[in-house]
Amino acid sequence: MKIHEYQAKGILARHGVAVPRGEMARSADEAREAARRLGGRVVVKAQVHAGGRGKGGGIKVAAGADEAASIAGKMIGMKLVTHQTGPGGREVRCVLIEEAVDIDEEYYLGLVIDRATERPVMMASTEGGMEIETVAAKTPEKILKEQIDPIAGFQPFNGRKLAFGLGLPASLAGKAAGFMSALYKAFQSTDASLLEINPLVMPKGGEFIALDAKMNLDDNALYRHPDLKELRDLHEEDPLEVEASKFSLNYIKLDGNVGCMVNGAGLAMATMDIIKLAGGQPANFLDVGGGASAQQVENAFRILLSDKNVKAVLINIFGGILRCDVLAKGVVEAVRNVKVRVPIVVRLEGTNNEEGGKILRDSGLNFTVAGGMREAAERVVSLAGGRAA
Amino acid sequence: MSILVDSESRIVVSGLTGQEGTFHARACATYGTKVVAGVTPGKGGQRVDDIPVFDSVAEAKRKTEANVSLIFVPARFAADAVMEAADAEMDLVVCITEGIPTLDMIQVASFLKGRKTRLIGPNCPGIISPERAKVGIMPGYIHKRGSVGVISRSGTLTYEAVWQLTKRGIGQSTCIGIGGDPIIGTTFVDALDLFEADPETRCVLVIGEIGGTAEEEAADFVKSSMKKPVVAFVAGRTAPPGKRMGHAGAIIAGGRGTAAEKMEALRAAGIAVAESPALLGETVENVMGRAR
Repeated sequence: MKIHEYQAKGILARHGVAVPRGEMARSADEAREAARRLGGRVVVKAQVHAGGRGKGGGIKVAAGADEAASIAGKMIGMKLVTHQTGPGGREVRCVLIEEAVDIDEEYYLGLVIDRATERPVMMASTEGGMEIETVAAKTPEKILKEQIDPIAGFQPFNGRKLAFGLGLPASLAGKAAGFMSALYKAFQSTDASLLEINPLVMPKGGEFIALDAKMNLDDNALYRHPDLKELRDLHEEDPLEVEASKFSLNYIKLDGNVGCMVNGAGLAMATMDIIKLAGGQPANFLDVGGGASAQQVENAFRILLSDKNVKAVLINIFGGILRCDVLAKGVVEAVRNVKVRVPIVVRLEGTNNEEGGKILRDSGLNFTVAGGMREAAERVVSLAGGRAA
Repeated sequence: MSILVDSESRIVVSGLTGQEGTFHARACATYGTKVVAGVTPGKGGQRVDDIPVFDSVAEAKRKTEANVSLIFVPARFAADAVMEAADAEMDLVVCITEGIPTLDMIQVASFLKGRKTRLIGPNCPGIISPERAKVGIMPGYIHKRGSVGVISRSGTLTYEAVWQLTKRGIGQSTCIGIGGDPIIGTTFVDALDLFEADPETRCVLVIGEIGGTAEEEAADFVKSSMKKPVVAFVAGRTAPPGKRMGHAGAIIAGGRGTAAEKMEALRAAGIAVAESPALLGETVENVMGRAR
């Protein structure tokens, strides 16, 4: 789960990580009040779940409260376009008003789970303020990595290794290590999957401060953090994906016109791939799960068909524990209930697939029963209007 | 021969008394697997069918000589169950449970270091050595005994692959679902190493997907340490970046972990990569024909 910068900074502050003083505002008036309380120059930052906000006009400096209100007034409601939002952009619904900080040096600090070593790893770089992916691609030697023992936790020496590696003088290494230790605590105690401070700055003679914060939380661990669960912002998600999640359906909207309904995530990805190989474009990823009851199939149809781009649907089911005849009955019932108007290609394989095919063919509904995955993909692409340009 | 499980394996099922545990334990037993015990704390002394239930894995092992643990307990208790099985010195732990927090799995990974226990999963369909032992939730009948080893991060896509093989008359030595999570017990490399040493296995099919670098590591291993032919497929070439495709581990993050770069790494290692998921069986058949 992604959360906003202001939410991440709230979590960091609670764990002793220094962040600029700031307040979230949902209107120009709230922005003015916040800026007045903070005093002096402030920064107005658009709160959306996407990086690259500065370049897109989502981060601006204001000299005082009135200017902050004027900037916030324009920012709230605008569609912010960055390289991560896609061309449609993301609507800004709130801003973070923060005290302006004089930047001397900029650094990067990040915490992720390293799959290969099965440990959290802290990354640090002197190339703060830049996209870390770009640094990793062009100058990987400028990223320092420190593995953290999950049982011992973050030790002062871990911090010193990184601090001296960054070229910090001994007088600052202890401060940096303290900052890093607090950061790790925040990461660990919230079950975060990603925590990035970019940039980490140190105003002249002062303390290290997290000028920006990006934080993702592990969905699987949210059950033990009811307070963090509340931070989910549904406006940042696709409405259909939100709807699907209510039914425990794994749905991701894409741009094509061939809807897919599949059991299992791997097979669902493979089905999207074969649609592309057949010259079409998948409209979605949809895993109906191993059970795929009639009710789930019906829910899935409703979600799929709310996407008006969908011109044909491919159902690809490998019946194992789930029997194809049971699934076929569910599909027939769902198609009747939902009044599906687009052509449907069904490919059933596995337990009782012959019986399942017969049920579909005898239903009097508009099904095309395909023998293999390739045939199914070719049929559905042609029914959806042929090969994509 | 096979790897990791065979007709001598003695299974203890953690969560046997739950709905899923009972259902799948029965299916494993019906397949001919020796399901010798169940564990549900507080339900020791009960029975499910003929299978005795114990309060702990250690007790189950002492009384039934179980050596393989199969775990169905809910996500919030699963890490504990895996560690309990390792503490009882099981040879193998197969964890089916989906949705275990990553930090829990990091603790488990650390706990397992230096112990004899191998973990498969979590978030996986399990392992089967056809016609000998089924330790998982896969449909048994689609498999056929033979000489192809199958390793996969997926569930139903593995069944699809196996079915394509079986329909062509190509049997399998052992099929392992290694799981769709970012932190897993047995990796592609671990399983490839075991298949390379297994006299029954003549060819290995690797089914990967987007996210992480497991396929690249597999490619390196095949190039440096394997003589047997390997066939691969990578799911998710149409997956958008930054979105988790069902499996917790299937995500293109920071532009890394794409299907294209994985396929390229596999090809560069001399591995036959099936372009389409419809060609898994055919590609294996071609490669085995050439190797004959």
